[in-house]
Amino acid sequence: MFDFYFEIPLVIRLFLQGLAVIMVIFPIAGACSMAERKVAAWIQDRPGPNRAVVPWVAWIPFLGTFLQRLGIFHVMADGGKMLFKEDSLPGHVNKFYFVLAPIVAMIPALTTVVVVPFGAYLDAAGKIIPIGLAPLDIGILAVFAVSSLGVYSMILAGWASNSKYPFLGSVRASAQLISYELSMALSVLPIFLWVNAPGMEATMGFGRVVEFQSQPGFFGGMWFGFLMPLSAFIFLVALFAETNRQPFDTVESESDLVGSFHTEYGAFKWGLFFVAEYSHMIVGSGVFMLLFGGGWNPLPWVPLADLVGWLTQITPLASHPLFVGVLSISIFLGKVLAMIFFFMWVRWTLPRFRYDQVMKIGWQRLLPLSIANLLFYAIAIAFIQK
Amino acid sequence: MASILFLLFSALTVLCAVGVVVNKNAVNAAGCLLLCLVGVAGLFVQLDAYLLAFILLLVYAGAVVALFLFIIMLLGVQGRQSFGFSGITTFAGLMAFALLLTGLGTIAFKGHLDAPRLNRLAAEGANLKSYAQQLFTTYLLPVQIIGFLLLIAMLGVIVLSKKHATEEPAK
Repeated sequence: MFDFYFEIPLVIRLFLQGLAVIMVIFPIAGACSMAERKVAAWIQDRPGPNRAVVPWVAWIPFLGTFLQRLGIFHVMADGGKMLFKEDSLPGHVNKFYFVLAPIVAMIPALTTVVVVPFGAYLDAAGKIIPIGLAPLDIGILAVFAVSSLGVYSMILAGWASNSKYPFLGSVRASAQLISYELSMALSVLPIFLWVNAPGMEATMGFGRVVEFQSQPGFFGGMWFGFLMPLSAFIFLVALFAETNRQPFDTVESESDLVGSFHTEYGAFKWGLFFVAEYSHMIVGSGVFMLLFGGGWNPLPWVPLADLVGWLTQITPLASHPLFVGVLSISIFLGKVLAMIFFFMWVRWTLPRFRYDQVMKIGWQRLLPLSIANLLFYAIAIAFIQK
Repeated sequence: MASILFLLFSALTVLCAVGVVVNKNAVNAAGCLLLCLVGVAGLFVQLDAYLLAFILLLVYAGAVVALFLFIIMLLGVQGRQSFGFSGITTFAGLMAFALLLTGLGTIAFKGHLDAPRLNRLAAEGANLKSYAQQLFTTYLLPVQIIGFLLLIAMLGVIVLSKKHATEEPAK
C-alpha cells in the first residue's frame, strides 16, 4: 500500500520525515503556551482565556460555545498577533547577535527530537522496532550534547540586548544550565549500567531502555521510575532547571528581571523563544518517559506487545504495523502531555527559588546525591549481574 | 559526497580557528571557537567516531565555551583592549610557533601514517564497547594520569577561590 513511499530517494524521505515531526512538535509547543494559561486559570480557580472565537464556529450550538470556553482560538489569535505585530529592533542592540539568538534557540530544541524514538511497531516476528528519525547508538549523549547548546541563545540574547536585566538573566542562565547538566548526566548512568548487561552489544540508545522495561516478571515489567526512584527524582529536578521552569525560573524571573533575556524582544522573535522553551520541555518530558516512565508501554507490567495481543483477540486488524505504530505514538504522546501538565502544575505549587538557593541545591545537594546514587547502583548492579 | 562533506567541515574548522585568533571582539572569537568545535565534531562523525563527536560537543561546545562567554560577559570585555606584545610574550609566541613548525615538519617529512592501523582506529571509535575496552586496558594509565591532573587542578581552584575568614576583604 505504501510502496511508492520507499521509492523516493532517501534524502528526500528523511527530509519529509523530519518535516513531519516538526509539524507535530511546533503546534504542540504553541498549544502548550495556551494550555499553560488555561491550567494556571484552573489551579487559581478562574475561567482563564475564553473569549476569542471564529464567527462561524460560534454558530454551532453546543460545540461552538464549548470550544470558545476551552480557549483554543486564543492560540490562533496569539499566533496571528505575533506574526503581524511590528517587529521592532531596538537601537542599542548588537543587531547580528540579536537576530541570531532566537534562531539559535530553535535549532537545538528541534534537533534533539532526531534521536528520540516516539513509538514502536511489531515486525513479522513479533519483535518491537522503535520508530524514530535516527535511532543512534549514543541516543542519550546526543540529546545531552545538542540540548546543552541551547544555552547560547540565552547568552547571546542577553549580551546582544545591551541592557542590564537581559544581561543579568543571561549570566544566570549560563551558570544554572552548566550546574545542573552534571547531575542530570550522572543520574541517568545507573540505567545504562543496568541496560548494558554483560555479553550484550553496548548501547546508549533509548530502544534498549524501553525494551528492558517491557520484560515479563515483577522486576522485568517494572518501570525504571520505580526501580531507581532517586535517579528519576534527580533527573526530574535537573530537567526543571535545564528548561528554566519554576521553581528554577531564576533565569527569567519576571518579578526581579522584568523578562530577563527576552526583555528587549517582541513579536515573532519573542514567540520563537517560547516555542523553543516548550520544545525543550516536550523533548525533555519524552526523554524522561523513555528512561523512567516505560516509553510506549501503556502501564507498568503491561508492555505494548501484551496490549496488542489482547486487541488482536477483539479484531485481527490490531496487529497491523500501522495500527500498532499509531497506538504506541498516541500512548507516548499522552504520557508526554501528562508530563507537561505536571510541569505546569508544579509551576503553581512551588515558589521560585532564590538564585543562591538554586546554586546551592545544584552543587551542594543534587551533585553529591547523584554521585552517591551512581556509586550505590554501580555496586548493586555489579552484584546482581555478576 | 563524503569528500565534499570533509572539505566543508575542514574549511569551516580552519576558517573559524583563524577567526578565533584574528577577531578583536571577544564574543565573536568565542562564537568562532564554537563553530570550530562543531566543525571538528563533524569531522569526527565522518570517521565514525560518534562518541567522540558528541562528547566534544557536550563538554567543549556545551560547557567550556559557555563558561568562556560567561567570563567575557562578567568581565565586560568589549574588544577595545588589545594586548600588546611585550618581550616575554613575543618570546613565548615564537617558541610555540617554532614547536608547531617542528612538529608539522616532522610529520610531513619524516613521519608516516600506518594505513591499516588507521582503518582499525575508525572501527574502534565506532563501537562503544571496544572504545571502553581500550580505555580500561591499553590506555588505562593515561586516563588515570589525566584524571589525577584534573583533580589537582580542581583542588587548586578550590584553594585559590576560597575566602579565608582571617584574610582582609579584597578591595
